[in-house]
Amino acid sequence: MDFSLNHEQQLIVDTVRRFVEEELYPLEADLEKTGHLPLTRGREIIAQVKELGFYAANMPAAIGGGGLNHLDFTLLERELGRTAMGLSVWWGRPSNILLACEGEQREQFLFPAVRGEKIDALAMTEPNAGSDLRSMACTAKADGGDWVINGRKHFISHADIADFIIVFAASGFETTARGARKKITVFLVEKGDVGFKVLRGYDSVSHRGYQNCILEFDDCRLPAGRILGEVHRGFDIANQWLYATRISVAAMCVGRARRAFDYALQQAASREQFGQTIGKFQGVGFKLADMITSIDAADWLTLAAAWQLDQGEQSSGSANRKIASAKLYASEMLARVTDEAIQIHGGMGLMADLPLERLWRDARVERIWDGTSEIQRHIISRELLRPLEQ
Amino acid sequence: MKILVTVKRVIDPYIKVRVRADQSAVETDGVKMAMNPFCENALEEALRWREAGIANEVVVLSVGNDSCVETLRTALAIGADRAIHVKAANTPQPLATAKIITAVAKREDPGVIWMGKQGIDGDYNQTGQMTAALLGWGQGLFLSSAKFADGVVTGESEVDSGIRVIQVKTPCVLTADLRLNEARYATLPNIMKAKKKPFETLTPEELSVDASDRLTTLIVNTPPPRAGGVRVADVAELVSKLREEAKVIA
Repeated sequence: MDFSLNHEQQLIVDTVRRFVEEELYPLEADLEKTGHLPLTRGREIIAQVKELGFYAANMPAAIGGGGLNHLDFTLLERELGRTAMGLSVWWGRPSNILLACEGEQREQFLFPAVRGEKIDALAMTEPNAGSDLRSMACTAKADGGDWVINGRKHFISHADIADFIIVFAASGFETTARGARKKITVFLVEKGDVGFKVLRGYDSVSHRGYQNCILEFDDCRLPAGRILGEVHRGFDIANQWLYATRISVAAMCVGRARRAFDYALQQAASREQFGQTIGKFQGVGFKLADMITSIDAADWLTLAAAWQLDQGEQSSGSANRKIASAKLYASEMLARVTDEAIQIHGGMGLMADLPLERLWRDARVERIWDGTSEIQRHIISRELLRPLEQ
Repeated sequence: MKILVTVKRVIDPYIKVRVRADQSAVETDGVKMAMNPFCENALEEALRWREAGIANEVVVLSVGNDSCVETLRTALAIGADRAIHVKAANTPQPLATAKIITAVAKREDPGVIWMGKQGIDGDYNQTGQMTAALLGWGQGLFLSSAKFADGVVTGESEVDSGIRVIQVKTPCVLTADLRLNEARYATLPNIMKAKKKPFETLTPEELSVDASDRLTTLIVNTPPPRAGGVRVADVAELVSKLREEAKVIA
């Protein structure tokens, strides 16, 4: 067992960190103030990242991606997590589910996404379908050879800048031992498709400049060729391709926590009160100890889960449990660490002159999106108990 | 033309340097290391010359212990073609390093040796000059710009009175200032290719160089903390303080 980064991994970390610090940190204050990054600037980031050969680093090299494995990609996500989501979104990592594209879909959606010519977004959540995703009310009905979508999605991240959306819709019912259950189909919907609208979402406390959007479907008619995967098998391809997104959430939490910690450590080492640096007071010093311990713990949980996926065990309950543990722990850790970083700074920590109040606000959503902490605990306990069921 | 670029491993420039408890040296244990910033500029310039068709191969050289391998691999990931590590117990002093670089240059026969103007650790600012002297080559030092045409390098360096323009015939030793260029990022494809590039390991003995130390470090002290400035009432008081306290005028 070797816990050190190899040289390639270290260089990936160094390169991403340097880019984030030199190119993206300077954009944060404006993004926060105005709530958006000008599209032209976003396109410039795409061009820069392509130049670095890091665009679509998660996608296989055979189709023009970076070909990183789960562990190396997680290291990249960790470093991107240091900056704002409204900036890191332009460091394109197309959804893995696009690898389910077939035939013409590859030319129309997958390849342009890998080349940075089209941006994708993923739409599952609805006002009445959050954790209980299958209760979605967005419907897709077969009509002749076409499909007609109706309904409304919300909380759809960065749909405002996306060129196409991967949309989950209820396409029918099936009977199971536990009663009737909705069948789900996935569609590729393009901006400009008739009957499809992207509306501005809500003003969120977290991740300003990373817009959540509302999608409206009003008799949006799509040819069958826009179905991703098979009809009624939406959850199958979601399970096949989206299992690792929670690792990205965990990794970004770790990166952001380390940034908050860097501020806290500097402050503890330099701020003097009562004739000494405040880090020498046990009340502050012990906070630092607890912070770094929980950050490291979250880091290792996350990297270990990613490593396990690289061993080809993504379908196992054990990997699923570890991913849930990493997401749960890292997101809750980030809340504590950003809170304590502010405490160590006192009143100044709450001022927008430092990024800490933003990191603290941004932390709040991490325990909610991509599966709430409660859902993660449910997954973990279910995986533990299932083998022991009578 | 082949370009030989020397890269030194030093303490990361963004780290606060501490003196060892026994005052024998600067603490390097557990301290983040990085490529010397001036060497990054030297490497960047060499890569630009290769891209401009002036050079066809960029060979990087580092002298020191096993940890230099990492610095060389970084240089390969940034874009160098080939690496040479001359393995020495610790970083040799400037004269020994210059002798090693000279020996490698005699084997490699480069048109230009691009070096950082100095290491940010020892700050000797000697190795480039010594290397040029040992090889009997011209030297262009502290360059903030450099152009190559017809076997001649025309470079600029900043001096107190302005910009000095120098011309030097190849083969020559050139040393880089930070203003020379902005070092590039390592791209993902190059990071992945770095491991497959040729990597040679040599020793000072194989090069018939005596790399032993000739300088002795007596003690390493932390600079005294800067005292706050004072406001003077008039020119007379200023002159008096400069003479009596700072002792910078007679």
